[in-house]
Amino acid sequence: MTDFLFYVAKTTAYRILVVVITLIISLILFGSTLDKVLMDRTRAEVVEASAQDNVQFRTLSQRQAYVDEQVDLKLKDLGLDEPWHSPKRFINTFFDILTLDLGRSNFFTSDSGSSKVSDIIIEKVPKTILLFTTSTVVVVIIGLFLGTYMAEKRGSSLDKGISFVAVVSNSFATFWVGMLMILLFSFSLGIFPARSTPLTSPGDPFYVLDLLYHMMLPLITLVILSFAVWSFVVRYFISRVLDEDYIQAKRVMGIPKRKILYSHALKNAAPPILTGIVTALIASISGSFIVEAVFDWPGVGKLLYDAIIVLDIPVILGSTYVFTLMYVMTMLIADLLYAYFDPRVKVSS
Amino acid sequence: MKASESASNFNLLIRRILHTKAAIGGFFILVMLTAMTIYAFVAVPLESTGQWNNPGFWIDYPKSAAPAWVNWLLPENNLPNHMIFGLSDARKQNSSFGGIPTNSFLFDIDFNYNSFPTDFIIDYCLRYGDIPPVIQVDVTRPDGESFMIYNSPLPSSAISSESTSNLNEYCSRIFSTDGSIRDNLQAYTGLFDYSPDLSSPQKMIFSRLDEEAVLKGQYLFNITYYLFGAEDKVENTKVILGGKVYGLMGTDDLRRDLSIGIFWGAPVALFVGLTAAISSVIIGMLYGLLAGYKGGRFDEALMRVNDLVISLPTFVFLIILSITIGSSIYLITLFLVIFGWSGIARVARSLALQIKNLQYVEASKLMGEKDIRIILRHILPQLLPLTFASIALAVPAAILTEATLSFIGLGDPSIPTWGSILHDANTASAAARGLWWWILPPGIMIAAAGISFALIGSAIESVTNPRGSGTQSKVRFS
Repeated sequence: MTDFLFYVAKTTAYRILVVVITLIISLILFGSTLDKVLMDRTRAEVVEASAQDNVQFRTLSQRQAYVDEQVDLKLKDLGLDEPWHSPKRFINTFFDILTLDLGRSNFFTSDSGSSKVSDIIIEKVPKTILLFTTSTVVVVIIGLFLGTYMAEKRGSSLDKGISFVAVVSNSFATFWVGMLMILLFSFSLGIFPARSTPLTSPGDPFYVLDLLYHMMLPLITLVILSFAVWSFVVRYFISRVLDEDYIQAKRVMGIPKRKILYSHALKNAAPPILTGIVTALIASISGSFIVEAVFDWPGVGKLLYDAIIVLDIPVILGSTYVFTLMYVMTMLIADLLYAYFDPRVKVSS
Repeated sequence: MKASESASNFNLLIRRILHTKAAIGGFFILVMLTAMTIYAFVAVPLESTGQWNNPGFWIDYPKSAAPAWVNWLLPENNLPNHMIFGLSDARKQNSSFGGIPTNSFLFDIDFNYNSFPTDFIIDYCLRYGDIPPVIQVDVTRPDGESFMIYNSPLPSSAISSESTSNLNEYCSRIFSTDGSIRDNLQAYTGLFDYSPDLSSPQKMIFSRLDEEAVLKGQYLFNITYYLFGAEDKVENTKVILGGKVYGLMGTDDLRRDLSIGIFWGAPVALFVGLTAAISSVIIGMLYGLLAGYKGGRFDEALMRVNDLVISLPTFVFLIILSITIGSSIYLITLFLVIFGWSGIARVARSLALQIKNLQYVEASKLMGEKDIRIILRHILPQLLPLTFASIALAVPAAILTEATLSFIGLGDPSIPTWGSILHDANTASAAARGLWWWILPPGIMIAAAGISFALIGSAIESVTNPRGSGTQSKVRFS
């Protein structure tokens, strides 16, 4: 047990390190741009304040001098007089991002009307997680059952068909499949809405139902894109396990086929399946971000897409940070499941 | 293994790979993509791609028109084709009118569609002196009626240019919505048995006299310029008849001919895919082989770096790098390589660990060969099939990732790519509006390019390494 705890601590520390490094590199790349954004914003605030102060000036240059002085004061006050790469500024900004304290957005507001970046992002996170986890759970269930079934019926037309779909669907662009779904289900058949932003307000009793109804199309898109790949991975490793002697022995002993498949084969094939699936899972995080943009699903991915169009740097930083967290959490869960299924991992660490 | 033996083995391998169904399919698609690339370079002017994001360049084209071949599928609709008639389509007549020289341009236009043109535009360019020329447009219909729809002097040449010629060049266009066309048509309303809709002159001009329906047949657009100066010259005259269908692939909301974007997308995608895949795999291979072969602390250090690169969220970095450093197609390819090499390095390392203990490698080590030479001459050739399979399997990932970046608006802004076409389609909500010709071709192309390389890669893998995993492409970009 202590081995396992040690392993958990170690992997968690490593994943945290990944977040830190990602943030540091983002900060280095965005540093000067972020500086400029903050400076411009401070200047705009000062100009606005001086207009409201009703201070009279005789000449334009006097007014300019006053504004410049006020801006300098304010910059010093905020610590912006030092460049972004000074250690103090760098560490401050680093922790600002860590806590999503990214000031205000110029372009976006939250549902409640706040323009604070943290409010805007935090409001969207649950929707992104809802879409991503639902699609992952659906795909895992389909993948496990279909994959096991395919392994049992190796060489059948279903097996060949799904394997082909797996190769082909790997080359499909997520956003394109999403657009096809809209074309088919919204434009031609009119079953689901093209825009996935629910029309009812969050306080409405039917809001949850409405939200789920609007989630159907992005969900179907994500499932269609990944179920075949998952089934293929599961099928591949289970069929390898099925060839092993101990499974053959169980068969001879008369243990029901179904039991062999789902409890013995599946459990023994779990570690390699997990490794194979992590790649697919990681791809599906970016996939679910992109799908949000196609369907206007009100999540972080859609926010990121919109922020890139108007180049709202604080929002981009915040959204990519959320993406990094989701990515790292997924990797961490995969690591832990791997250790749970494969006891050797714990010992070797 | 002797050199000749290994060469014949290699040939045998190639032959076996080429005989798999997957490879045949893959190469078939690849040949089509190459044909598109050649066609793009030969037949589609490079200028039109450079102008992709310049709306002025596309002004003669129709807005969101379907491909012309939908008329074959649905002959009963028979939607009007968008027609652009240039100087080469015109019959030119020079004569004089009361001593004033005139230049006439006659356009014969067959109009046999079931619905009216959406509009028409007359585009002209003249060079003239002090007295402005007069432009007159007459339309002669198949039933013999002739409408004088436009007659107006051009603005006087206010700018006396200081260039070599003191003639003023003036270019403009007459739209069917022009007020004077409506006024001129007023005179002909009596010919009609019903009261024609003057707000859309194209309907009145192309309509039968007894009812509001298209009068099919040959129309003659006669554009006459009255030139008052001896050196006055007509530089260009165009007639554009607005239609609902155009070209091989139709046009988008910004009037761009989508076929140009699709064709030029092929070389771009192949370049990004192949360059990123080949560079990533070569770098990853050498990195992994070096680490595995040298072993010890060196291996440990290299693999720590590799682990870190593998665990970084590539998607985030690609976005941030394209925003801050730039998004030219070359930079994007470079970014793909920066994150693409890490997966294959891990595989190469584990293989190097096995191979370095083989006797022939030990022998060459004892003979005093240099490490890098042993890696390149003795270990790498063993891994050639794996290298080729990995490259082929990495191409789809690279193409998809570039397309994804373009889709979120971070692609190369100076050229059309399949991803950026889909970005524009998404921004214009083309899917919800049913503009299928804007959505289907780019996505099919992305998929086809990916599938061709995936098929080739899996064929190489299945022949060279029958028990190989086949489940994890060793290179991932996002």
